[in-house]
Amino acid sequence: MDSYSDYLFNYAVTRVNDSEIAKDLVQETFFAGLKSAKNFKGEAAERTWLISILKRKVIDHYRKINSKKAKSIIRITKNDKGDTDSNFLEEQVADPTSLLENSKMENEELGIAIQECIAKLPKKHAMAFTLKTINGLSTEEVCKELEINPSNLWVIIHRARTVLMECLNNNWFKI
Amino acid sequence: MKTCKDVEILCTKAQYNEATLLEKIQLKLHMLICKTCKSFVKKNTKLTSLCSEAKIKTLPLEEKERMKKTLRSKS
Repeated sequence: MDSYSDYLFNYAVTRVNDSEIAKDLVQETFFAGLKSAKNFKGEAAERTWLISILKRKVIDHYRKINSKKAKSIIRITKNDKGDTDSNFLEEQVADPTSLLENSKMENEELGIAIQECIAKLPKKHAMAFTLKTINGLSTEEVCKELEINPSNLWVIIHRARTVLMECLNNNWFKI
Repeated sequence: MKTCKDVEILCTKAQYNEATLLEKIQLKLHMLICKTCKSFVKKNTKLTSLCSEAKIKTLPLEEKERMKKTLRSKS
């Protein structure tokens, strides 16, 4: 469970845009996974199997909101600045040169690519790397959590980073 | 004189802003004379910026523990 929860959580967050809902979905996924564990034939990797359950959960979640949405009133939001000056329509046109939307999408993909690479690391290395880099814990806290000394931690993180660089180099782009 | 292996670990340390002044100087000096380490430092810095760019979200540890408990109680 340790090795998959972050990956599943990230996947869910990028799709429902809400960490609370994502948390529930991940929990439900693990629960459903355990319940039908005997049906799991081992044909696919465990992670792929869990992801396919999670996908169903996400779809269910959207179905639920959609049925709620139908009952609510349609509200038209007016742009506050809209009626002050003449060229209000032109102001609302999306800027074609803006790369903002694109870069956000790319970031999500990048996040998933990094997660996939982290999943390939040995468990201890992966733990050390995520605790230090992504959760931003201090060295002492990570050492306490993993019960190792600082110089040991640096060697582990160093090895993890070397593998990650290699992996991202192959899967993402040339660093 | 530090070996390349030591310098690489120093570099990793520097990525988290936890290298001491002396270690930083050692790193810079080594980068002047060693091309391999220079490119390593470049890659390592890129990795750091990629990780912060991606804004990966993780579940906090307590949350994971709580999930594990509920799973155990249900199964």
